[in-house]
Amino acid sequence: MFDNEKIAQIKKDAISFDEKTKKALEKRPERRDVFTTGSGDVINRLYNPSDLGDVNFEEKIGFPGSYPYTRGVQPTMYRGRLWTMRMYAGFATAKESNERYKYLVEQGSGGLSVAFDLPTQIGYDSDHSLSEGEVGKVGVAIDSLADMEILFDGIPLDKVSTSMTINAPAAVLLAMYIAVAEKQGVSAEKLRGTIQNDILKEYIARGTYIFPTDPSMRLITNIFEYCSKEVPLWNTISISGYHIREAGSTAAQEVGFTIADGIAYVEAAIKAGLDVDTFAPRLSFFFNAHNDLLEEVAKYRAARRLWAKIMKERFNAKNPKSMQLKFHTQTGGSTLTAQQPENNIVRVAIQTLAAVLGGTQSLHTNSKDEALALPSQDSVRTALRTQQIVAHESGVTNTVDPLAGSYYIEAKTNEIEEKAMEYITKIDDLGGAPKAIDAGYIQQEIMDASYDYQKQVETGEIVVVGMNKFQIEEKPPTGLLRVDLSVGEDQKKNLKDLRSNRNNDNVNEKLETLRKACNTDENLMPIILEAVKEYATLGEICGVMRDEFGEYEQSVVI
Amino acid sequence: MDRPIRVLVAKPGLDGHDRGAKVIARALRDAGMEVIYTGLRQTADQIVSAAIEEDVDCVAVSILSGAHNTLFPKINKLLLEEDAKDILLIGGGVIPVDDIPFLKENGVSEVFTPGTPTSVTIDFIKANVRK
Repeated sequence: MFDNEKIAQIKKDAISFDEKTKKALEKRPERRDVFTTGSGDVINRLYNPSDLGDVNFEEKIGFPGSYPYTRGVQPTMYRGRLWTMRMYAGFATAKESNERYKYLVEQGSGGLSVAFDLPTQIGYDSDHSLSEGEVGKVGVAIDSLADMEILFDGIPLDKVSTSMTINAPAAVLLAMYIAVAEKQGVSAEKLRGTIQNDILKEYIARGTYIFPTDPSMRLITNIFEYCSKEVPLWNTISISGYHIREAGSTAAQEVGFTIADGIAYVEAAIKAGLDVDTFAPRLSFFFNAHNDLLEEVAKYRAARRLWAKIMKERFNAKNPKSMQLKFHTQTGGSTLTAQQPENNIVRVAIQTLAAVLGGTQSLHTNSKDEALALPSQDSVRTALRTQQIVAHESGVTNTVDPLAGSYYIEAKTNEIEEKAMEYITKIDDLGGAPKAIDAGYIQQEIMDASYDYQKQVETGEIVVVGMNKFQIEEKPPTGLLRVDLSVGEDQKKNLKDLRSNRNNDNVNEKLETLRKACNTDENLMPIILEAVKEYATLGEICGVMRDEFGEYEQSVVI
Repeated sequence: MDRPIRVLVAKPGLDGHDRGAKVIARALRDAGMEVIYTGLRQTADQIVSAAIEEDVDCVAVSILSGAHNTLFPKINKLLLEEDAKDILLIGGGVIPVDDIPFLKENGVSEVFTPGTPTSVTIDFIKANVRK
């Protein structure tokens, strides 16, 4: 963009600007000695072209829809089509969640996103002793195909795209979804959606793992292979930085650790004999949006450029779609405060802008009451309206990647990419993401960042409005959503009925076939699908795999 | 006091969000206490036996999934059954204010909701253990 002579001149000018500033600083000191981003990185007073290094427009920035995709994966981005407004929801029973989905679709939500309760996520039926108190609490309880039929009752699966936040038992829930579609007369090749299916970040940050690393990676590659043939429009994994950030990582760690996980999945799939260009176009990502607007925008741009480069240079992908990092965003749950919850609406609006200016493909906005309980219907509507206002009123959707070329944004994009790459190199040296996780390295790095942040909040270096500054006396909030304990009792009763009404000989036969297949190289997806159709429960299917695969033991890091 | 305060930090139930538990564990350690962190997915029985085996002065439990009304009282009940009512039981996590009186009636001495500075928890433990 600038020739060397010009850059040299700008550098000189920048030095004399700093000299001149000294006088101004004596008269009027700055608000603090050092200014930092939300992730704690030092920010210069001013950025200019010399901060961009040897900037090569084609290599670093380029045009949207072209390698390295820094400016977005589509040439026209939101001028062509807005992002999918996909609100994550699910609680209590399949029936209640089904009603919430229908409401959200009515209000203009473009895709469903299913939250499952913890027993479902960890492969236990509602009547398991460990499920006590957890049934229907953080999501909907799904014990068998019967629940899944109710969940999608009246929702035509060829018309919606559905995202399911499910990881360790992803194969089972995907099988249930395929079976529901079949009953609706919708063939698997028409199904659109995403399963999260990212086990590595469960070991790192979210904790809903079941099996050890190796069988977990096998289930994931089984799904890649099955879907490439049978469910071609399905996104088979959503490689997730969201939870890594929620666990307290910095922005650069979020990018570095997520992409390191992505590399592990690509390597596992190639090792399983898949061609990179057949599965890579169906990989997608999931990132967080925190409050530091400009740092977040740079983060998404850096992630896109880094992934494109890795797919092209490290994995020799030929199909441009294999190089495009597509991502869903959720606004940052951990940034919300229980104090003065109305303030959270403003935080979510800023985070929405970050996601949109960063070029997200779909977005979930958190509700103002989420530091207190599950969101109420009214607060979910406000969160959805926030997206609609940014989409239709703010004007930021009318040109592609509007912040490109800002000296700060480009310098920050470079910095995040470099820092993320340092983490990736370190993880490569440790033998890849699964080994780095087993060694506790990634968890330790995140824990250190999270503790630093907490200390800065407590000393007031980081201001959280309403929490450590500008506090008021508050009345306890009202109208919070509560899930009744009777949900667990109802699920237990339904399970009892199910077990006495289905053909148990068929169920046992299918479970036995699965047990045997666990110890071969066979793809487990078709076998799980058969078991699901006989109404084998999630807990029974995962129980068989628990017996055969064993369970993961957490490496505890504080 | 002859020996440092010993605290068991525990995650009952299936909830995997342990950022808060880990931050508290480290803050208590920095404040000079001896801390044992159980890791995820502990049953009430496991937590109470660990507390007794480790001879702790305080059990700090954290949960964000909404199962607190079931699991916290259960831990308290087991502590009483083991004749360990001298162990201070405190809780934290995403817990609606409305639930706090119920938890306090069931043996949870204090509940720390999101945004509580770690110093508040530390001071509470110091003031209330071994009483």
